[in-house]
Amino acid sequence: MTLVSNLINGISLGSVYAIIALGYTMVYGIAKMLNFAHGDVIMVGAYISYVSTASLNVPPLLSVVIAMAVCTVLGILIEGLAYRPLRKASSLAVLITAIGVSYLLQNAALLIWGSTPISFASVVPFDSVSLFGGKLVITAESIVTVAVSIVIMVLLNLFTKKGKMGKAMRAVSEDKDAAQLMGINTNATISMTFAIGSALAAVAGVLLCSAYPMLTPTTGSMPGIKAFTAAVFGGIGSIPGAMLGGIMLGVIEIFATSYISSELSNAILFAILIIVLLVKPTGLLGKAVKEKV
Amino acid sequence: MDKMVPYPSGAIVPERDLNKTPILETHHLGIDFGGLTAVDDFSLTVGRTEICGLIGPNGAGKTTVFNMLTNVYQPTRGTILLDGRSTAGKTTAQVNRMGIARTFQNIRLFSNMSVLDNVKVGLHNSIKEGFFASVTHAFGFRKAEKIADGRALELLDFFSMADIAGAKAGSLPYGAQRRLEIVRALATNPGIILLDEPAAGMNPSETAELMENIRRIRDTFQISVMLIEHDMNLVMNICEGICVLDHGKIIAKGTPEEIKSDPAVIEAYLGKKKEADGNAEG
Repeated sequence: MTLVSNLINGISLGSVYAIIALGYTMVYGIAKMLNFAHGDVIMVGAYISYVSTASLNVPPLLSVVIAMAVCTVLGILIEGLAYRPLRKASSLAVLITAIGVSYLLQNAALLIWGSTPISFASVVPFDSVSLFGGKLVITAESIVTVAVSIVIMVLLNLFTKKGKMGKAMRAVSEDKDAAQLMGINTNATISMTFAIGSALAAVAGVLLCSAYPMLTPTTGSMPGIKAFTAAVFGGIGSIPGAMLGGIMLGVIEIFATSYISSELSNAILFAILIIVLLVKPTGLLGKAVKEKV
Repeated sequence: MDKMVPYPSGAIVPERDLNKTPILETHHLGIDFGGLTAVDDFSLTVGRTEICGLIGPNGAGKTTVFNMLTNVYQPTRGTILLDGRSTAGKTTAQVNRMGIARTFQNIRLFSNMSVLDNVKVGLHNSIKEGFFASVTHAFGFRKAEKIADGRALELLDFFSMADIAGAKAGSLPYGAQRRLEIVRALATNPGIILLDEPAAGMNPSETAELMENIRRIRDTFQISVMLIEHDMNLVMNICEGICVLDHGKIIAKGTPEEIKSDPAVIEAYLGKKKEADGNAEG
């Protein structure tokens, strides 16, 4: 039963990574940049949800909606103020800016909310489910996390595969100049991608802190890096890849923690990433880039 | 083919377009890259339904002109009037919405998307579909998509491509990719379409079909076509007005007959007479 229980916990943690990884991979796909501030948007989302419920007495579900709205605006602002002026700059300049934005968010949070860890009250109002006479307990957070990530995956797939905005996104990611000549506002399309990614980050933040209820200004950085790893693992730029990579990473992490060593779990995780990239440099579902000669 | 007649400004247009605002007018257009002047003093008027050719030796600046007309490059000097309205300060996407569309010398389709989706990207601004409709596939989504599909298939059918609407654009044969680029540009509902070497790499029968298609585009959609082309047979056959560019400057403008016998054009294409035929000067 511990095996099943570990598997469920792994899938649940992996679902959170997957939701975060979607933000990384979508932004990479369209703007060809790594938004390292994405992890910190998760933390902002969790704080907003916490403040809404604890100080403003907003119901938990509504607090998630508020967190999503705030993070959407934050994502658009980050893109517009920090990244858009660098659209024609080298990718290194953009990368360093992203790291700068990440520290800016962490320190702003430190200034506003202080460094004392906050005990985050779960937004999930259900009780744990007990199966097989108490031998297998599944937390309500796990169930909700997995369910939410499935819903997000389905909606995102509907959005990108069909409909004019998804097509505009794919067009911009394939050939920005040609898309512009088709009358597509590429800046608006990139803004929209950041908005969607950041709204998802808020959801991930709330789910993560509901399962692991400790919130500090650096809460987002480690899950952020792991989700980025998951996106690379699955093949950066690929939406199903981010989902698959996230869930695999979560399962590997939980298994490594319970069966090998909790101290070594991160080392094992990244070792597996290195091996996968050595064997398949484009990630599990990544498209092979054909070099023009 | 209509007679070419002059506007009061002196620019010639087909007789049928005389009483209409020209679709495209440029005045003393020029662009510098660093210290180098790539195009200078480019003034041209294109009639409402004119087929106009832009020719010249390699490196003359023809594609640069197309890039300025679509604001891919911001001109250093001069003005562009599209349907009487200045395009200064507009983005490439805004200029497209003002009524100009183009194809590329090297094909730039969205090759991982289907043929139908490529055309639907062109229809982007005419599809009425909100964000939540796109996410949920409700709120009028089906209706909007159905209208877009219908319009896209109609355009594809115009080029006998409706039966391959589901194929991946990148998997099409070369000639079909070139046709699809034209369909995709037409989907943006332009007043003028710019074709950058549409016959490049085509065999004579494909070129003949292309000429027929260019005329059909003009007649059916009542728009203007401006093309860069090296195939003189095609240019002389379908263009009503021709503009010849050499070293970034216009060296001749006129009807095909005038261009054929223009000494400056002959010189640009064949070199100076003394170089071509040393005895003539002697």
